[in-house]
Amino acid sequence: MEKNISLTLKVWRQNGPKEKGRFETYKLEEVSTGSSFLEMMDILNEQLINEGNEPVAFDHDCREGICGMCSLYINGRPHGPDDDVTTCQLHMRKFKDGETITIEPWRSAGFPVIKDLIVNRNAFDSIIAAGGYTSVSTGGVPDANAIPISKIDADEAMDAASCIGCGACVATCKNGSAMLFVSAKVSHLALLPQGKVEAARRAKNMVAKMDELGFGNCTNTGACEVECPKGISISNIARLNREFLKAKLQD
Amino acid sequence: MSTIFGSSIGRKLLMSLSGLFLVVFLIIHLSINLLLLVPDGGEAFNIAANFMAMPLIKYGLQPVLFAGFIVHIIYAAILTAQNNKARGSAKYASGNKTQDVMWASKNMFVLGLTVSAFLIVHLIDYWVPLQITHAAQKVTIGGVEMHDTYALVNVAFDDLWRVILYVVGSLGLTIHLTHGFWSAFQTLGLSNNIWRKRWTVAGIAFAWIVGLGFVTIAVVQHVVY
Amino acid sequence: MKLDSKIPQGPVAEKWSNYKANQKLVNPANKRKLDIIVVGTGLAGASAAASFGEMGFNVKNFTIQDSPRRAHSIAAQGGINAAKNYPNDGDSIHRLFYDTVKGGDYRAREANVHRLAEVSNDIIDQCVAQGVPFAREYGGLLDNRSFGGAQVSRTFYAKGQTGQQLLIGAYQALMRQVNAGTVDLYTRTEIVDIVMVEGKARGVIARDLVTGEFQRHFGHAVVLATGGYGNAFFLSTNAMGSNGSAAIKAYQKGAAFANPCFAQIHPTCIPVHGEFQSKLTLMSESLRNDGRIWVPKKKEDAEAIRAGKLKPTQIAEEDRDYYLERRYPAFGNLVPRDVASRAAKERCDAGFGVGNTGLAVYLDFKSAIERLGEDAIRARYGNLFQMYEKIVDDNPYETPMMIYPAIHYTMGGIWVDYELQTTVPGLFAAGEANFSDHGANRLGASALMQGLADGYFVLPYTIQNYLADDISTPRMTGDEKEFVEAEKAAKDKFEKLLSIKGNRSVDSIHKELGLVMWDFVGMARNKEGLEKAIEKIAAIKKEFYSNLRIPGSGEGMNVELEKASRLADFIEIGDLMARDALHREESCGGHFREEYQTEEGEAQRQDDKFAYAGCWEYQGEDKAPVMHKEELTFEVVKVAQRNYK
Repeated sequence: MEKNISLTLKVWRQNGPKEKGRFETYKLEEVSTGSSFLEMMDILNEQLINEGNEPVAFDHDCREGICGMCSLYINGRPHGPDDDVTTCQLHMRKFKDGETITIEPWRSAGFPVIKDLIVNRNAFDSIIAAGGYTSVSTGGVPDANAIPISKIDADEAMDAASCIGCGACVATCKNGSAMLFVSAKVSHLALLPQGKVEAARRAKNMVAKMDELGFGNCTNTGACEVECPKGISISNIARLNREFLKAKLQD
Repeated sequence: MSTIFGSSIGRKLLMSLSGLFLVVFLIIHLSINLLLLVPDGGEAFNIAANFMAMPLIKYGLQPVLFAGFIVHIIYAAILTAQNNKARGSAKYASGNKTQDVMWASKNMFVLGLTVSAFLIVHLIDYWVPLQITHAAQKVTIGGVEMHDTYALVNVAFDDLWRVILYVVGSLGLTIHLTHGFWSAFQTLGLSNNIWRKRWTVAGIAFAWIVGLGFVTIAVVQHVVY
Repeated sequence: MKLDSKIPQGPVAEKWSNYKANQKLVNPANKRKLDIIVVGTGLAGASAAASFGEMGFNVKNFTIQDSPRRAHSIAAQGGINAAKNYPNDGDSIHRLFYDTVKGGDYRAREANVHRLAEVSNDIIDQCVAQGVPFAREYGGLLDNRSFGGAQVSRTFYAKGQTGQQLLIGAYQALMRQVNAGTVDLYTRTEIVDIVMVEGKARGVIARDLVTGEFQRHFGHAVVLATGGYGNAFFLSTNAMGSNGSAAIKAYQKGAAFANPCFAQIHPTCIPVHGEFQSKLTLMSESLRNDGRIWVPKKKEDAEAIRAGKLKPTQIAEEDRDYYLERRYPAFGNLVPRDVASRAAKERCDAGFGVGNTGLAVYLDFKSAIERLGEDAIRARYGNLFQMYEKIVDDNPYETPMMIYPAIHYTMGGIWVDYELQTTVPGLFAAGEANFSDHGANRLGASALMQGLADGYFVLPYTIQNYLADDISTPRMTGDEKEFVEAEKAAKDKFEKLLSIKGNRSVDSIHKELGLVMWDFVGMARNKEGLEKAIEKIAAIKKEFYSNLRIPGSGEGMNVELEKASRLADFIEIGDLMARDALHREESCGGHFREEYQTEEGEAQRQDDKFAYAGCWEYQGEDKAPVMHKEELTFEVVKVAQRNYK
């Protein structure tokens, strides 16, 4: 059943991208365990505003775990101490009365801090722009049922395509690697006949962009897979490696 | 093809291929070393060791082996440096509490350093007296004069500290391999949800066979011979 | 104000073909000289921006999020309709058209809806070509499911994440154009005004949400694809950032705002459970394919459940009231959303509601699990069940889900003609932001269809008809006096908000507005309540402009300032909704006036008086808006009382 708990929050505050940040400690009383983590942050912000202070800036939008906007590194884990959830789906019932919660932004050279807990994830868009699509324009495409696709491939492509681009994989990776993100897109499209046509080019261009943007090299720790809120498998990384090496060997 | 090794996956490919090459070397090395357990006063082992010292292997294969080590070590250093940079200068105050991640996978460089340190001692112990200074004693077996490699091993393992060093080095290698083996296949792209489990099990089995093999030899040499 | 709907000549089924055959086009060399501003990167915005870019126009695309992929279209779960008739169950373009007009309670423009049905099939083809991983049968062909308001299976889906997959398809197409250099993408940038030059929309004033700086952007045409305004209710299934500000800016620049009171209340959302609640979570309509909705038959059982003394699983089959199956045997649990929502409210108001608040009904999968097995249910709805369990901490495989209606979608929006052009020349509106196609109630899986239809297959044609006359209009620099003045006005508005320095947070005032909206402009409305709402909203407006507190300054990122500027516009929208609801003395679709119902409690339309779109014209700050009518004529569809029995 729901009850109320008291918390101590250690929150990263940073005024701007170039400013020096620091941790601030806040006390919060009477937080319902039925509230979500971000609702707890709302309560904190309401308290801060009422005290005449600036609220904590954090990214969030859909609050149902699909937009990929929310981030937050909570007590040593991206999206906090629950599995297969985004921060907005994390509920306060996962915390104990009197607990101290440390809240930090995603930290990686590829994701610079903008303000407080908000980071810049534009790098992900740049990687998609480098090749994460099928090069078809609107109109003039064949009938949707013209090419049968095995259910197994379609389902596997769907699993890979369920990536929400939140960046938890990079945030938890000791190497700051974006391989799970890149591999999810490469796999999604390589598994489908529509995407296979330019699979080689896509893999090369996306990996080149990922490297250029300063993401690290994958060392197969598998931490990304554990923290991915959508449970995207690192078998996608193997497929990316395969697609990439195959493409490069043909050059 | 020219730019393949300039990419992150290309660099990992070099780690993977050099690693797998070293795995093959480990199999041969262990197979020969297991002859140390044959109670024949070292005859079989000396013959095998002498075979490995023949010019084709010494001048043909050995440089390749060295190159394998060097590539593996240098790229490990490069990748580690790049990865530290990618991680960024700001570290998490709350550490990393991601569960279900193999400890070895996050400490490959440190484990590699342990193995390297051991490797240096190992080279000084054997490679230098056998192939550089030729200071090792000679023995004649079946009319052929050769280095008495067995004696070298036998004497070395009388020293308890050296045995301990070998055990530590072998266990470091074992842990390194528990991650390195399957990881090499993952990097090559020869993995999926089914094969990852297979490679992981095979890797762990292989790692412990190799590790315990070397440990057993060191301990048996110390205690029995 | 003149409302010229520009419906092409000819029978309804031939209008779109006739239009395309006779419209003006822009040749490739001239396309390069023309700039189009697209605001929003959801299904409509991203698909339009990508298509314009592919055609060779210069596009500037704006989003308030950090990436186009965050747009709220991503949260659509269930599916997208199309008249493919792959299951061979009797579907056709005509039937989809007919169902949509009927589902919209006969308050949509026939010509637009028919065009929507016509292009629906192209959308599916396009998405598959983009690599959208729709669900498939073992034979490799596409699978379909059925949705509310239809007797055929015409809904294509990708697990419970159809919106996500379609948006990612459009997003990828968009990023391809960004890479090609035809689209300039502005992320974390909000449109704060529309710039008018000589009576035409010629650009926008934008605010960089990271630096707080204002920017002037020129475009030969401006497309608003900024979604709906459901967040006027504070609690809705919309994302926290979804807002109606761009629509209000357009309205204030002379665009008519049509049918603002038509807001859809979705029957299957997770019920409200506390004051701290920030949003409501939708459980896809697709769940009604296999889930059965019920409340206890006996009041004492409902009371015992509310008190926590009884569990739903302990209620015997004969003591359960499957009220949708009882009242609407033909459609059962798959009646349209407005009908299902009202039925839930009726049962709860009568004292049969469950949950600790009494404002919830059960959605039960027991019989589906018995019939198909748990694995089949998991394969269909696994992610939805997981989502429910994470929020509510209950396992829906074992105990029925609790659901209650919540604000979900706004059918009303900026008035557009057949070309999707507003009453402001050069200003277009697409997707949920416009009012077309859904009438007074949207059918499930039709929002995705409309967003993509507008962006991929309608605007790329119709905008050319406008731009063809603009090929010799040179680009403006943004230094013209109209741009400078608009920027100054926008800056002043933000300064005004910052200077209030009162005592209340944005959210506290927004919640107050939301409660008024839900209580008086919600699922059931009446004259007295709506009059009260208008007064209360005026009081909230006064409170907002005198007692708001925004910490920090206009420089750099200031989230409170962003929220405040959006709330200022929600207050205007709230007022407009209440006025529209008050004037519309009938019940139709999502708009239910208690005074107008049948003896059985069904909605009662007044076709002789209200068969029109109510289009509101702005008259200036604090002046009552004026309403104009676009009369709706039905040539094909036979207007009747909707009957799902």
